[in-house]
Amino acid sequence: MNNLLLLGDEAIAQAAIDAGLSGMYAYPGTPSTEIMEYIQASKDALARNIHSEWSANEKTAMETALGMSYAGKRAMVAMKHVGLNVAADGFINSAITGVNGGLIVVAADDPSMHSSQNEQDSRFYGKFALVPCFEPSSQQEAYNMVFDAFELSEKYRIPVLMRITTRLAHSRTSVVRSHLKVQENKLKLPDDLVQFVLLPSLARGKYKSLIKTYESIKYDARTGKYNSFSDGTGRDLGIITCGIAHNYLMEILNRVHKDYPVLKISTYPFPEDIIRDITARCKEILILEEGYPIVEEGLRGILDSGIKIYGRLNGTIPREGELNPGIVAKALGLPGSYVEKVSQLVKPRPPSFCKGCGHADMFTALVKALKPYGPGRVFSDIGCYTLGALPPFKTINSCVDMGASVTMAIGAADAGLFPSVAVIGDSTFTHSGMTGLLDAVSKNSPVTVVIADNSTAGMTGGQKSLATGRLSRICEGIGVEPLHIRTLIPLRKNHAENVRIMKEELEYRGTSVIIASRECIQTASRRKKADPGEKNKIKPDNEK
Amino acid sequence: MKNDIILSGVGGQGILSIATVIGLAAIENNLFFKQSEVHGMSQRGGNVESHFRLSGSPVASDLIQYGHADLIISVEPMESLRFVHWLSKQGWLVTNSSPYINIPDYPPVDEILKEIRKIKNNIIIDANTIAREVGSVRSGNIVVLGAASPFISVPFASLENAVKKLFQKKGDDIVEVNLKALKAGREFTGR
Repeated sequence: MNNLLLLGDEAIAQAAIDAGLSGMYAYPGTPSTEIMEYIQASKDALARNIHSEWSANEKTAMETALGMSYAGKRAMVAMKHVGLNVAADGFINSAITGVNGGLIVVAADDPSMHSSQNEQDSRFYGKFALVPCFEPSSQQEAYNMVFDAFELSEKYRIPVLMRITTRLAHSRTSVVRSHLKVQENKLKLPDDLVQFVLLPSLARGKYKSLIKTYESIKYDARTGKYNSFSDGTGRDLGIITCGIAHNYLMEILNRVHKDYPVLKISTYPFPEDIIRDITARCKEILILEEGYPIVEEGLRGILDSGIKIYGRLNGTIPREGELNPGIVAKALGLPGSYVEKVSQLVKPRPPSFCKGCGHADMFTALVKALKPYGPGRVFSDIGCYTLGALPPFKTINSCVDMGASVTMAIGAADAGLFPSVAVIGDSTFTHSGMTGLLDAVSKNSPVTVVIADNSTAGMTGGQKSLATGRLSRICEGIGVEPLHIRTLIPLRKNHAENVRIMKEELEYRGTSVIIASRECIQTASRRKKADPGEKNKIKPDNEK
Repeated sequence: MKNDIILSGVGGQGILSIATVIGLAAIENNLFFKQSEVHGMSQRGGNVESHFRLSGSPVASDLIQYGHADLIISVEPMESLRFVHWLSKQGWLVTNSSPYINIPDYPPVDEILKEIRKIKNNIIIDANTIAREVGSVRSGNIVVLGAASPFISVPFASLENAVKKLFQKKGDDIVEVNLKALKAGREFTGR
């Protein structure tokens, strides 16, 4: 069983298990979700009792992983790129505290925004935090890198960032499992018990040594082996590839039987002299990197050295969106391929609510209840219910970041908008909506928060929601008046009553919460198949 | 040997099962492959595509270049047309003729099929009807795979073995229905 068929995400998870992982921490987010799911399903992980529970959000996941590292054990935290914004405080400061047990932070970027609000490049965070970053070009390299990343992390006592992108995360191929039977670290406190205390007086010294460490990492053999230079016959054009872009180049070069001097970069910071290997040989440089033009900007410096540089900044490669073999072929000046035209008959088929989804019934009622007030007053959030932006509902007016529905509704209410409504999912609410609700309660802001409770993280495939069964108590604990915490079941047969409840709360001049609870039909049908007697039925809020 | 395959359809129609069957057959024949999947938002009733790259030598790119696919396997007719810019001049398009209508402006099916027939190498199969005949409408995806199987460089017996492996957990009946579905698709194409 040393040859496994794995997604890039799964290769990272398997490697972490094989490298002696003791704790995995994550919040679901495409394209990173399968890392945690793989560990949760792994028999090895279960036998070793590797911690693998979902966290409330990426920040708590990051900090919990840091706590495990403090106690001397190896930990991994995984998130989608925007999750690193949520975890950024802990992440950036963890570079200064350093680690005890090895710590890997996986950020899965989504260029071309297949399932995201933006296409930010997590390599920036590596540089920003002065944390080394590994960027695998293949599933096998992802597997191998995890071992080196843990070792590098423990050698320099620094967290290591691993940056992957959608196409690596969600592509399946054969991976050789090479390293087995690595023992987990034993519980061991840091030698210096104030290592993690960032009082300014201590932090200043630590920051100085972080800068030195970051410089030394450039020349470490563990990172060096992933950066390679292969010479070619030509001397005009040299090509620099980063991560998965290397595959697209190899695909094209193998097909047209051409070679160029090629420098592959897969770890950051990389030593400048490897750049000189190629810039000294060639008159022109083409840079292929997935995401932002980070290496390209670094190479251009403040004043260009005279060498011609082609990349995203001069338009040779599109400034945004993911790479593909066609873009690379064009950048190399190869003739275009024959391409069939797509018929005008083909109509867009956007994602939509599943048949029978409770969110659809919730929106039908909300549209009706809001009708007298006119459009433009529903702030929403990240999840399946974001589809409320599309026809036939076209109801929501914002989707910005996790939790922003509640707080934007408060701000708009402060400006005089009434009623001001937030629609947020159950898992998103416990991720980042609770603090906003506390803001609302503290000044009795006239907002109505609709919690679309399907008792799962639906959009990412049905992961456990930490909110399930706790929502009304959480809202009461935060301080919402119990009379204005309303629960309803979003079903067509309850439509008239649900509209009535919504209208009442929309008219209330204080903070109110409507919990619209009905289990996600996808998870419900899976559960019924697996558990026909419904012994383990999830009890949403309104069935207590 | 190289087979670059685009799999297309609507989220939930069983594209990943097709990919898994080809993958298992590839392993049995010691072939190399990379299979790129779509997860997340698009799975909710939107169009989905998967790139499957099968080869006798290691595969570099996870993605197929426009104009270079040898085969499009589609479980939905309009979705087969959405991806024709991937198809090479000599490539084959194999599609189900039964539409999945979940949008208000779905074009007339006749017009779609007419458009598909303009592709030089096309096979249009009523997979839903055939699947119903062999026992379960849910096996439509495997019928389409059967119809496409002559253009995939693995022995038919390997695809059968893969179907057995994939559906094993669901019981002998499901395995049997899907084997019949695979065979019925193959017989339809008749190569």
